[in-house]
Amino acid sequence: MAWLWLIVMLPLMSALVLAVLGTHFSRRVVAAVGVGSIGLSSVITMLAAIEFVSAPPVGRAYTQVLWTWINVGSFQPHIGFYLDPLSLVMILVVTFVGFWIHLYSAEFMMHDEGYSRFFAYMNLFVASMLTLLLADNLVVLYLGWEGVGLCSYLLIGFWYRDPMNGLAARKAFIVTRVGDTAMLLGLFLLFTSLGTMQIQDLMRRATEDWTVGSTLAVTAALLLLGGAVGKSAQLPLQVWLPDAMAGPTPTSALIHAATMVTAGVYLVARTHALFELAPAAQFVVAVTGAATLILAGCSALTQHDIKRALAYSTVSQIGYMFLALGVGAWSAAIFHFVTHAFFKALLFLGAGVIIEALRDEHNIFRMGGLSKQLPVAFWTFLIAGCSLAGLPFLTAGVYSKDLIIWSAWAAAQGHPAFWIAGVIGALLTSLYTFRLIFRVFFGPIQTPVTKRPGYVMTVPLVILAFFATIGGWVKEPLILLLQSTLPMTIETEAAGMTETFSEVVVALVFLSGLYLAYLFHLEKRELAEGALRNPVARMIHAWWFADWGFDWLYDRVLVQPILWVAQVNKNDFIDAVYTGIARLTEAMYRSLRLTQTGLVRWYAAGIAAGSVVFLAMVVFP
Amino acid sequence: MFSLGLTGLLVRRDLIFVLMSLEVMLNAAGLAFVVAGSRWQQADGQIVFLFILAMAAAEVSVGLALVLQLYHQFKSLDVDAMSEMRG
Repeated sequence: MAWLWLIVMLPLMSALVLAVLGTHFSRRVVAAVGVGSIGLSSVITMLAAIEFVSAPPVGRAYTQVLWTWINVGSFQPHIGFYLDPLSLVMILVVTFVGFWIHLYSAEFMMHDEGYSRFFAYMNLFVASMLTLLLADNLVVLYLGWEGVGLCSYLLIGFWYRDPMNGLAARKAFIVTRVGDTAMLLGLFLLFTSLGTMQIQDLMRRATEDWTVGSTLAVTAALLLLGGAVGKSAQLPLQVWLPDAMAGPTPTSALIHAATMVTAGVYLVARTHALFELAPAAQFVVAVTGAATLILAGCSALTQHDIKRALAYSTVSQIGYMFLALGVGAWSAAIFHFVTHAFFKALLFLGAGVIIEALRDEHNIFRMGGLSKQLPVAFWTFLIAGCSLAGLPFLTAGVYSKDLIIWSAWAAAQGHPAFWIAGVIGALLTSLYTFRLIFRVFFGPIQTPVTKRPGYVMTVPLVILAFFATIGGWVKEPLILLLQSTLPMTIETEAAGMTETFSEVVVALVFLSGLYLAYLFHLEKRELAEGALRNPVARMIHAWWFADWGFDWLYDRVLVQPILWVAQVNKNDFIDAVYTGIARLTEAMYRSLRLTQTGLVRWYAAGIAAGSVVFLAMVVFP
Repeated sequence: MFSLGLTGLLVRRDLIFVLMSLEVMLNAAGLAFVVAGSRWQQADGQIVFLFILAMAAAEVSVGLALVLQLYHQFKSLDVDAMSEMRG
């Protein structure tokens, strides 16, 4: 456990080394440093996990304080790490999935320029994420929070020669900034009213000082939720994630699927005591999750860029996690995070293989028949897809999703409406997943395969596929492990609903989604095209395709007015005062310059006249 | 005598005459000191005149050296031609 700091330090050091010296190294060395640091970090994490489980520390949490960061009056945040079951599970997944993604990108990025820059960013990202997860106070957590935001910006705009990528990067940064500002305000509020930043003390004092549903608690929880919503791309700040697909595919896998976007989920779970004090805020969490999972699911149905479809699916799946948090099924949310990290990383890596094999073809309607051409990608993608859609019994995804959907009804804050939202989401998930699979891997070949992945790329696929399958079996031990940190889901007597029935419904929904996707996208493709000729259907399609018009709305309501104001106020009106002072000085200088004739006699005359005037003043007062 | 010197300083353009006018003004000031000293029966006036005399000698030597340099530079002794410091 004393090695805890190394988990964060290794990727950070490697990022520094690669950033400073990376250009002098050969690609092989860069890959070894970049991948090796995460690998080591992952091994240490596993050792820590084994130690944690076999010999749990006192209080089932381990704190390591490195040094005092800032010392101002009563505000004394430490650089300190806090390991408890929640952060343990998170860092295990982040380092493990992160390692395989790094390994994959060692080959994927081989022919891109900026190889060392890429690995420096990726390592820095993992280091920031681990800081965020291990932070024992909210200031360090915020440091990691902003760190991942920065790395996300850097990686989305990695191929910076295309201005569109830069725009997408800026959009991601600015949109998440909206949420971060809310979160920062929340931190200020918590500090001024409770006087500490240590997360555990904070939660304890909050439960002691505040009553359930008090205004302060609700405000603080809502402000923190604002940050979580921004980072996790939930309604109404989900607009940045689909555009973030401009970055390299391993980035999408690492940041926009497996790890960073779940920071919001982690934040809410970490501060769950606060949310329990604020039932109204918790209800907002649940509603946000439920709304997001349906809206994003619909949008995923209409995308033809394979990565954008997966991005919307990520948004939708995180919606599930928020729904689980909102109804008080904390461990279900973390469980879904674990399974989601495996299968979504796998889906993105598979998509990366496909895109590279087809020479940067992103459009699924120009793919087809790849199941024979890219067998490894096909099988792993199929496994991950089944896991995402929730193939009963076999895959990991179904266990976590069943648990969430069941909790949506049965948990204390649950409601049948949330259950219905979850089931509709499951139908959409199954539909869009198999739409992707049928379009990409079946049917006639449309674009020839030009490049096949090497072992460095296929091995991570297989490993992750393995975990996407067996991940569901850790359900019981995981929930048991999390029990000491996260309260158990309080189940109430759900009228007319049993867990088995809920699972059967989800399974049926999965099958119907599969069948519908089969019908529209494989068996009778003309049906899908026929439906699009219907003007109403086409309108809805366009609406969903444009993410329910959120981008359009924000463009009109926020971006255009701000641009207009900037245009009008190009010569900043406050600046005019200062420009005026400068102008006045300049005018005075010009007039005074006229007296500087350079003629000595004029100067002498001036002196004489001045003397006369002063003498006159002295003599005739 | 001081006014005479001042007028000469302002009117003349020749550098030598300007210097001479300056000397006239200095002597005027010195004369004023001596006169004032004899009027109030004090030796101070004559002492200050000696100082002024010494200073005038130093000033003239520096001034003439400058005149030589300026003549070298401008090939003329016209003060109005030397207006390079015009703003």
